[in-house]
Amino acid sequence: MAVVVAARPSIAARLTGVGVGRRRAAVDVAMRGLALVAALLCVVPLAAVLFFVATRGAPALSLDLITKPPRALGIGGGAANALLGTLQMVPLAALMAVPVGILGAVYVAEFGDRRAAGVIRFCADVLVGVPSILVGIFVFTFLVLPFKQFNAFAGSVALAIIMLPVVMRTTEESLHLVPNALREASLALGVPYWRTVVSVVIRTGLPGILTGSMLAFARAMGETAPLLFTTLGSRLINVGDFGQPMDSLPLFIYVNARQPVNALNDQAWGVAFLLLVIVLVINVAVRARTWGRRIG
Amino acid sequence: MTTLQGTGPSARRFGQAASRIPDVAFRSLSGTLAWVVVAALGLLASLLLLDGSQALSTFGLSFLTGTTWDPIAGVYGALPFIVGTLGSSLIALLLGAPIGLLTAIFLAELAPRRIAVPLTFVIELLAAIPSVVYGLWGVFVLGPFLQSTVEAWIVGTLGWIPIFAGPPFGMGLFAAGVILTLMILPTIVAIARDVITSVPDAQREAMLALGATRWETITRSVLPYARSGIIGAIILGLGRALGETMAVTMVIGNRPEIPHSVFDSSQTIASQIATTFNEAGIGLQTSSLIALGLVLLVITMSLNVVARLLVWQVAGPSSGRR
Repeated sequence: MAVVVAARPSIAARLTGVGVGRRRAAVDVAMRGLALVAALLCVVPLAAVLFFVATRGAPALSLDLITKPPRALGIGGGAANALLGTLQMVPLAALMAVPVGILGAVYVAEFGDRRAAGVIRFCADVLVGVPSILVGIFVFTFLVLPFKQFNAFAGSVALAIIMLPVVMRTTEESLHLVPNALREASLALGVPYWRTVVSVVIRTGLPGILTGSMLAFARAMGETAPLLFTTLGSRLINVGDFGQPMDSLPLFIYVNARQPVNALNDQAWGVAFLLLVIVLVINVAVRARTWGRRIG
Repeated sequence: MTTLQGTGPSARRFGQAASRIPDVAFRSLSGTLAWVVVAALGLLASLLLLDGSQALSTFGLSFLTGTTWDPIAGVYGALPFIVGTLGSSLIALLLGAPIGLLTAIFLAELAPRRIAVPLTFVIELLAAIPSVVYGLWGVFVLGPFLQSTVEAWIVGTLGWIPIFAGPPFGMGLFAAGVILTLMILPTIVAIARDVITSVPDAQREAMLALGATRWETITRSVLPYARSGIIGAIILGLGRALGETMAVTMVIGNRPEIPHSVFDSSQTIASQIATTFNEAGIGLQTSSLIALGLVLLVITMSLNVVARLLVWQVAGPSSGRR
């Protein structure tokens, strides 16, 4: 980059105005070019991941992959066990995390005194940064060990712990964006404070709350580490029995990617394609609605 | 806001009791649920401490400095995993911090809006890709690619330096570091961008008015002002790298020994837990793995606390979150 620019300092000089030394102008253009290169470098991996997951995953997709469990012996079958597991564990996790997260955020944003709110907010931030595998161990110690049984409920709880701080912080932020005039108007009409919060504040902040919850949902769908020691994974289809192990899409990818069998690796690519499409569709749909507002 | 509660017009007109009871009930319900997150964090830390205490009391400080991890002999030392964790994260930091910072500068200062907006969006998507998908891609695409190109080249030119000695496996510390780079870039870019954007325009205008170029304005006026926030962004990225599990587990080679070269197979704290926890015998081995987790928790938590405080200093408590 620098070589190209140094050869044409006159353009650089014109870009940065009269009176700037040639060397300074060249440095300016070179570094700005370098910044552009860095930004492009960030995009390359995304393109590469999408390209390979699509080209290797799409051919591996089949009706069998989403309708059949793995064969009991040998290779073949599909990933229906994993798909069904994800579709059960993640919604249960959301059922636990989203109400707690929203109401917790309401407390922090609307009721809590400043000190308590600070402590809670801080813990939520720290919890976001706790490695997810440690959440897995944590849940293992109180939901798996005492019962001597890996179970899907423990998996859901682990995912819920991962979703909770995300839901809470995004909700809190959208509640802060609700103008105070709305609260005052509602209170002035004689509406009790709790009704004001539920029907005016939460209602107004709902788009933001939904955004946060959906993003947390998508993140939970892709989590593997917290499930390793909780729900363990299973080759069998398990519908509704949260006391037994269940498979999930990321667990399926992890297990099959490590097998020295091409057919199983292909299945991992197929499931990765499926998972990536679901996660990216949620992300794009949710973020596309808000991106213009956030970037300003 | 709290002062409004219970003293509003409704309270006076309809009598205190009628409107206060649901208010108080709602307040205490939400208050209780808010503390769940505090309780979860506290319980997590204390349970890890409790279950790891057997190993910690057996080995004491030598748990951190021991170089052998041998379940058969019953000797557990964490040093190989601490080295693996710090090594892979350091590679990610060396690659990710400059690229991430330059990208943040580009997005916040240089790019026109119609480029910055979609680019920011794309980089946010990078953060949405599940770790295990990165791992799969790392095993079958990135690893072999690195082995035949970048690693072969480094071994060829710098191979005489012991830490760059070959042979390149494509699965090892270096591959893990590169995967981690991709995973921490969105964190660094998003937060550094927020921090840079929050630098007051007067800082730039003064510098430009003195005849500085755009780049001089950025390096001498904008970046110094945003310095602590940018360091915070990088530390948050580092925190994410240290705790990342799946992608690293899949590409690092899973060898529980201290690596001597960046191309050696290795093991991080998180990947050691991920690969051996389920087979571990209840007792000292499990306790040692949990103590490993505790070490990781202490490192990541303290980094997070420091980083958050640094970022808050510049951009306020709500920056860098989506």
